[in-house]
Amino acid sequence: MKRTPPQHPHVGLFVTCLVDLFRPSVGFAAIKLLEEASCTIDVPAAQTCCGQPAYNSGDRADARAIAKSVIEAFEPYDYVVAPSGSCAGMLKKHYPALLADDAQWRPRAERMAAHTFELVSFLTDVLGVTAVAARHDGSVTYHDSCSGLRELGIQTQPRQLLRSVDGLELLELKNADVCCGFGGTFCVKYSDLSNAIVERKTADIAESGAETLLAGDLGCLMNMAGKLKREGRATKSRHVAEVLAGMTDAPAIGEGVSE
Amino acid sequence: MSGRDVVLRKVRRALGVTGEEAARRSAVAERLKKSEPNIIPERGKRDREGRVALFREMAEAVSATVERVAASDDVPTAIARYLREQNLPAAFRAGADPAIGALPWDREPNLTRLSGASDGRDTVGLSCAIAGVAESGTLVLVSGPDNPTTINFLPDAHIVMLSADDIAGDYETVWQRMRERFGAGKAPRTVNLVTGPSRSADIEQTLILGAHGPRALHIIVVG
Amino acid sequence: MNLTADRFKDNVRVALDDDQLQRALTHVRSNFIERRAKAVDALPEFEALREAARAVKDHALTHLDLYLEAYETRVAESGGHVHYAETAADARDVILNICRKAGARTVTKGKSMIAEEVDLNNHLEAHGVEPVETDLGEYIIQLRGEVPSHIIAPAVHVNQDQVEADFRRVHTHLAAERDLAEPTSLLAEARGVLRDRFLAADVGITGANFLVAETGTSIIVTNEGNGDLTQILPRIHIVIASIEKIVPTLEDATTILRLLARSATGQDMSVYTTLSTGPRRPDDPDGPDEYHVVILDNGRTAMLGTEFQDMLRCIRCGACMNHCPVYHAVGGHAYGATYPGPMGQVLDPAIFGLKATHDLPNASTFCGRCESVCPMKIPLPKMMRHWRDKEFERGLSPAPQRWGIRAWAFLARRPALYRLATGLMMRALGNLGSDRGRFQMLPFAGGWTAHRDLPAPEGRTFMSAYRAKAQNKGRKT
Repeated sequence: MKRTPPQHPHVGLFVTCLVDLFRPSVGFAAIKLLEEASCTIDVPAAQTCCGQPAYNSGDRADARAIAKSVIEAFEPYDYVVAPSGSCAGMLKKHYPALLADDAQWRPRAERMAAHTFELVSFLTDVLGVTAVAARHDGSVTYHDSCSGLRELGIQTQPRQLLRSVDGLELLELKNADVCCGFGGTFCVKYSDLSNAIVERKTADIAESGAETLLAGDLGCLMNMAGKLKREGRATKSRHVAEVLAGMTDAPAIGEGVSE
Repeated sequence: MSGRDVVLRKVRRALGVTGEEAARRSAVAERLKKSEPNIIPERGKRDREGRVALFREMAEAVSATVERVAASDDVPTAIARYLREQNLPAAFRAGADPAIGALPWDREPNLTRLSGASDGRDTVGLSCAIAGVAESGTLVLVSGPDNPTTINFLPDAHIVMLSADDIAGDYETVWQRMRERFGAGKAPRTVNLVTGPSRSADIEQTLILGAHGPRALHIIVVG
Repeated sequence: MNLTADRFKDNVRVALDDDQLQRALTHVRSNFIERRAKAVDALPEFEALREAARAVKDHALTHLDLYLEAYETRVAESGGHVHYAETAADARDVILNICRKAGARTVTKGKSMIAEEVDLNNHLEAHGVEPVETDLGEYIIQLRGEVPSHIIAPAVHVNQDQVEADFRRVHTHLAAERDLAEPTSLLAEARGVLRDRFLAADVGITGANFLVAETGTSIIVTNEGNGDLTQILPRIHIVIASIEKIVPTLEDATTILRLLARSATGQDMSVYTTLSTGPRRPDDPDGPDEYHVVILDNGRTAMLGTEFQDMLRCIRCGACMNHCPVYHAVGGHAYGATYPGPMGQVLDPAIFGLKATHDLPNASTFCGRCESVCPMKIPLPKMMRHWRDKEFERGLSPAPQRWGIRAWAFLARRPALYRLATGLMMRALGNLGSDRGRFQMLPFAGGWTAHRDLPAPEGRTFMSAYRAKAQNKGRKT
């Protein structure tokens, strides 16, 4: 379903709770990328979280209530864009399912779902961006976060944009499509299992030889960065938007001002 | 209430049906009567020679050996040669299939032919397949006095005669032929689709030929 | 069976510390995945076949009562007997009765997960009938006193040297100095030992991959040929299968067959696909004199017509577990119920009850790889989520977890309060962590920090930084 976007699309930025709380830099990088693609951006104040923790814990009532308030806040915009495949997938794929038996809300959920995109997919698939004006000296590797990959089909898009970054060398990651073991509340509820999975991931990351690990979801990144740091590895971790926007001044994820 | 009635009642309650609905009954009757194919891969849709070539390619890919002879009269010699080359005894067991009985066995007087079902003491078995399926290199064998099923499984080496004319592109063609031969809704006791010699990968995922069935499968395509 | 799903987390710990198991699991992670991908890529119609197969099963399930009736009519016409079993106990009784009537002492068995589900072997043994597993993998685990850890590769958790040790321990009638260093010699030994058991068995029990309504035929798919020797040599052949194995026609079975082996082992077709219809015919020189089919419900009718119905499309190929990061980490025994991996995480609660198995649908990252490779397009993550809904509704999840989610949701539904609370907290955490950028330990975050550092927040939340920036901009212009 390809539509011609308006010349200056009005985008509601769904920041996502993790970016809001842990890594505002990603939000600002997203804004920069969207503005460069001539979008007008709004950040609705009524947003908190997409509701996945409740939805995936069986708390459907709370998940539905949160979904409704997100829809209310975001339905006025031409597009809803989130720097996360997981949260965008929640809005796009799961809200309509969650509200399927609600005659009033289902059409609203579906309408918004049709206009909701993950950031990189929005830039490439909707706006037709094929290159970014950024520079990053060094090698990176890219992990495909599961929801983005399998719910939204995001795989070639970030790699395509990364190849346009000056000075950047993209090294492929073995098993890039295998889960990192984050899984939202899974990673604390089944900490041992999550660890066994992320251990394999960090070994693959190390094997890639890349200086920096990139991905499109902060949850996965915090998990992988946290494990890389615990293992004492030098690999840096960043959200892909930071590199695409050329905004890598902030310390990498899990690194401090002293490093 | 019998187990049957309990289970069927639970099925019907779960589906919200009585089982008496005319539309449902006719949908089921129709489907069973028509036996329509769903999707047939393009792979097998070839002419006769194309099917023979594909059958051979696929069968060899799963470690069967395949040879082609011009006429059925050549089969005894082909069998004798195969047994010699494989260092197998010049004896085999076969059923009462007239296609086997009619072969010129006198051309290979050293071959010993045993008749009837196998009791597990035969090294070599010979069968006639009713069909081959080119898309996967699969043989179709049916039970009965002509080709006892034990011969398909107990001997170490299994030799199968297959007429080139009987190589179909796909399974669906074979099912249709079987309906014509055995009657709609009917089937012989056992139909074996055999795709290569037996194997197991149960030890560390290492594929090894010769599990409980034959260690070797040799197919002689006739014509 | 020994249900240990209620100790799932302990099982996980044990599995992670088991070096032999971890060594064995490396085979699952590579072989199955590569072989499947290759076979799927080689068949352009694979996607279309998935859709067609889904339609076949959906149709069969919505007409299940009628197809069961059609099937049993055909079985009777061909001289066989159909028995229905509502529960696992019913199935065990039916089978034991057939064995007793026949005066059976030994029973050979083809691989059947349904037989595992109803715990058939223990029941037979307890009543003086010796079950002999004949699939190599099943035979190995029977010698070890274990249950399958994988639905198509039951002994995938066992390494070759362990098999050798088991054979030496059990096959004491063979020369002690024999060479068993290669997998081929192990297979040859099993073949020899089991050949005698095949020929001596009174009853053979197999499962079924399909029950075909059109002809009253049961179909099994194997590579070893053990399923065939199991059914043609003894006097009695018993098939045990669950209700959802029904397909209308041979064409329908064929459509699914084209997916089954490719998804399971990466073969185009398994070596032996065997169609069995009734007992031997009057002039047949071999085959069983009696043919019985035991059709099991055991919780499945309770899935029919519900959000779990899609699960009844499952054809037991194992692709979901072959691609599951959780299965890769711990193998099949940790799940502690008959069916491991994603399909088990949906099916086990329906069979064994949610209370005893409630960890299973939770132990998933929802990475979705299982659904993406499922030949029958079963939405496995979605159905695990449905079990989580039920768990939450019934209050089966741990209370702190439930209240944690509710408290968090309370905040998430009140943006102003959320902003205030999170703003304060992130600022505090940001200050604490700004130097190193991460925490190695943090109160209440032990689940995270046990194994990895927690990246520190940057300090200010995005929302507050963004508002400040916007206000700044406003003042300047």
